[in-house]
Amino acid sequence: MDSAAIVGVGMTAIEKNKIRDGFADMVWEAVNLALDDAGMTIDDIDNVVTTSNDFWDGRTISCMAVSDASGAREKNVSCVEGDGTFGAFYGLTRILSGSYGTTLVTAHSKGSESVSSLITNAAFDPIYQRAIGMDMVSACAMQANAYMHRSRTTPEQLARVSVKNHGNARHNPKAQLPMAITVEEVLASEMICDPLHKLDCSPVSDGCCAMIIAAKDRVGTAAKPPVWIKGAAFCADAFHLGDRDLSRAAALTRAAKKAFDMAGITDPATQVHVAELYDAFTYQELMWLEAMGLCADNQAGHLLEAGVFDIDGTLPVNASGGLLSGHPVIAAGLIRMAEVVRQLRGEAGGAQAKDPTVGVAQGVNGLCGQSHCVWVLSAES
Amino acid sequence: MGKQRVAIVGTGQTFHKSHRPDVNGQELINEAVGRALVDADLTIRDIDAIVIGNMDHFEGINYVDCWSVDGSGGFMKPVIKLTTGGTTGSTLAIGGYHMVASGLFDRVLVIGWEKNSESDTTGAITTAFDPVWDRLVFAGAISGLAAEAQAYMARYSATDRDGARVSVRDRKHACNNPYTQLRKEVTVDEVLASPMLADPIHLLDVCPRSDGACAVIMAGEHIAEKITATPDWIWATANRHTYTYLGDANFGRLDSLAAASREIYAKAGIREPAKEIGVIELYQPYSFAGIMWIEDLGLTGYGQGAEFVWSGATDMDGEIPINPSGGVIACNPIGATGLIRCAEAALQIMGKAEGHQVPDVDLALSTGFGGCFWSDILLHGRRKPDF
Amino acid sequence: MNNSLKHIEPMVHHSQINVPYTWWAGDTAGRFLKTLRDEQTIMGTRCNHCARVTVPPRKTCPTCFTENQTWTAVSDQGTVVAFSVARRQLAALVKKVPVIFALIRLDGADTALLHTISQVDPAEVTIGMRVRACFSKDAGATIMAISHFVPTN
Repeated sequence: MDSAAIVGVGMTAIEKNKIRDGFADMVWEAVNLALDDAGMTIDDIDNVVTTSNDFWDGRTISCMAVSDASGAREKNVSCVEGDGTFGAFYGLTRILSGSYGTTLVTAHSKGSESVSSLITNAAFDPIYQRAIGMDMVSACAMQANAYMHRSRTTPEQLARVSVKNHGNARHNPKAQLPMAITVEEVLASEMICDPLHKLDCSPVSDGCCAMIIAAKDRVGTAAKPPVWIKGAAFCADAFHLGDRDLSRAAALTRAAKKAFDMAGITDPATQVHVAELYDAFTYQELMWLEAMGLCADNQAGHLLEAGVFDIDGTLPVNASGGLLSGHPVIAAGLIRMAEVVRQLRGEAGGAQAKDPTVGVAQGVNGLCGQSHCVWVLSAES
Repeated sequence: MGKQRVAIVGTGQTFHKSHRPDVNGQELINEAVGRALVDADLTIRDIDAIVIGNMDHFEGINYVDCWSVDGSGGFMKPVIKLTTGGTTGSTLAIGGYHMVASGLFDRVLVIGWEKNSESDTTGAITTAFDPVWDRLVFAGAISGLAAEAQAYMARYSATDRDGARVSVRDRKHACNNPYTQLRKEVTVDEVLASPMLADPIHLLDVCPRSDGACAVIMAGEHIAEKITATPDWIWATANRHTYTYLGDANFGRLDSLAAASREIYAKAGIREPAKEIGVIELYQPYSFAGIMWIEDLGLTGYGQGAEFVWSGATDMDGEIPINPSGGVIACNPIGATGLIRCAEAALQIMGKAEGHQVPDVDLALSTGFGGCFWSDILLHGRRKPDF
Repeated sequence: MNNSLKHIEPMVHHSQINVPYTWWAGDTAGRFLKTLRDEQTIMGTRCNHCARVTVPPRKTCPTCFTENQTWTAVSDQGTVVAFSVARRQLAALVKKVPVIFALIRLDGADTALLHTISQVDPAEVTIGMRVRACFSKDAGATIMAISHFVPTN
């Protein structure tokens, strides 16, 4: 597939608490950065898709707060609730349908303004589950245990993901938590929920990302070379954690296969040059790598130790620092896409992988990776 | 792959009620999905993707797209959630259209639902307003609508009898629709004698709270024609969700509907909407909207809506029947409501509306209303669009 | 942000979404909860198509999308398939840490039930451990009518 491309990206700095910026302020900043990046004005934007979540924003119809800042006035506009990768997907369909030549996609949240434990507790079934008192952290800790049990991945290997990603973040001026840390420091950090230490968990963050997708016949007006959308797919697994094999991500495997098929990629482990994955917790980066076929089953931990996923490795993963270095939910997946765009353009500075032409980005919805959206992007049409 | 025309090939609704204690939300959804699949003679395996939506704070469940897969049939399928407040249902229909039109999916299941009985509707709606500016001084939906009606009445010398006439029409139409909630005829005097909620809006002028779900199956051009001989072709979609602070609203006019309808008419080459469109399912949450908004749709000139309605032109046997289903005044499961308008327009085109069928409909319009005076529109046609 | 605003003190408006909810369990979950409360029995549903027994019960089979379900009682004993131990007192927790959350596949069921394990040193919990439900008569017809699970030995 090469009928649409990403022509502009913009993101705010990812911070613990943007006390001076409301939702609209963040969106305004990211949208204008994306427009500048594309060499466009708001008049070049045919339609808008905003991405937000009413629970995280503490507001019914949360999209209402950002439509002005997204330039949606007097335009066709819609709102996806979920990760930004899903917003981008809907934005893509609005172009492929022939209805619009360009789509501006935004995704924002301010984790600092609410209590994430309660917000994610509300994702559990109100009758069968909620009173048990779980949240995203305790649910994902359970998944981490199941994954480690099956794959024999060690706590030290999980800790190495944190070391790598916080270390990578030192090259990313927008990252919240650039840090030089050791495996020992990760393992010595507070145990939040067995087996996840504090440094196995992503932080609570504020941030926004904006992206401009253009139809093939509109990419020529952009300031920079387009990054082509070669494949995109999403898929949802069962809701009840006990209905799934929690140690695997069947929905991600299916979504990735479809996206790679669309892109004509038969061996992702060798044909993909850079990946930005949804590492809300350390184990997820390893588990998602295996589920997507970017490495063999049960091997992610070993390949990580061998340096394969480092910036100078054969498949740099989360060279930006990933979500472990800053995790504004909803914006998170769209930021992954934007970071792949920067890599494919050669704009990643100290985090730049060596001449990548194909990259993948991933976003997640729901508990323990119930629903995934996978994008295959390329510098070449 | 590549862009393709889109048609609705099946619809399903629950029997909407004020309260469904016998099912949870997933199970309510499942009833509508099952009926839509039967209507299109498909199984869940035929469905390529699901678009679902509701308003989070009416049920207090986060990530509803994920939570609802047992009922929606979304297990190991692409599921995406759209939500835009009152317009959610019509936003979903527009979303399903683009998913299929993109060529990435051939059969998309669109689901809108709400169990309004599970929460305090006004309490939840109030959280839509800006927490710093509006929320402390403004409560719920009715006060904004009452302000709109008052402004219109002042501008065009309309009366509360005019509003009541619209309510009489929709409640009469509802008696012919077995799926809707309130099926009882009323008179103008009964409307005016019902309790005053917010001047000039009486209880019988407004929609109820409902539990309900609606599912619509959309298919790409070549598949649609194999599924049914009379697909409902979606000709065009348009919407306007411009943010409006309450103090900025052009009270008495629905500018978003005027703009979106002009975009639709331009796309489809419609010059005289009242003559060319056969039937309208208008998202009309209260009676006075049935006067004002048909002016914004261009069916009549400004200030002439009441006369048009009193003439009978919008009744079942009129020139352009509005809300043969009974409309929103008869039932309002909010996240489903806009999609019900779309499904009802599809039934009219497909000739499946049975007791509330308008004869020989070639073009139908369905709309959505919500947010802060936002509008969505879909144009439906019996003939395949030639653009 | 506009530089001219830099000297303005950031203002915060504290509030909360305060909407009361009444979630109707529906007939299916209602029967499960009533049986749990009145008979201390855990019920599942068996799909007439794939024969999988799901606990908690569903009106429709989540994988087959068919409505024909047969009710069946499952054991109050089962096997831990995944667990975690909450150590920090995060807001959603209703019990004092450490809290052991677990997915427990009850004997006779094909899916696992989400609940807690108590009365055991968290360090001794393993995947594969056998556990048994303890019931509470004070919790009414809620999932907390199972108060927790304990190791069988």
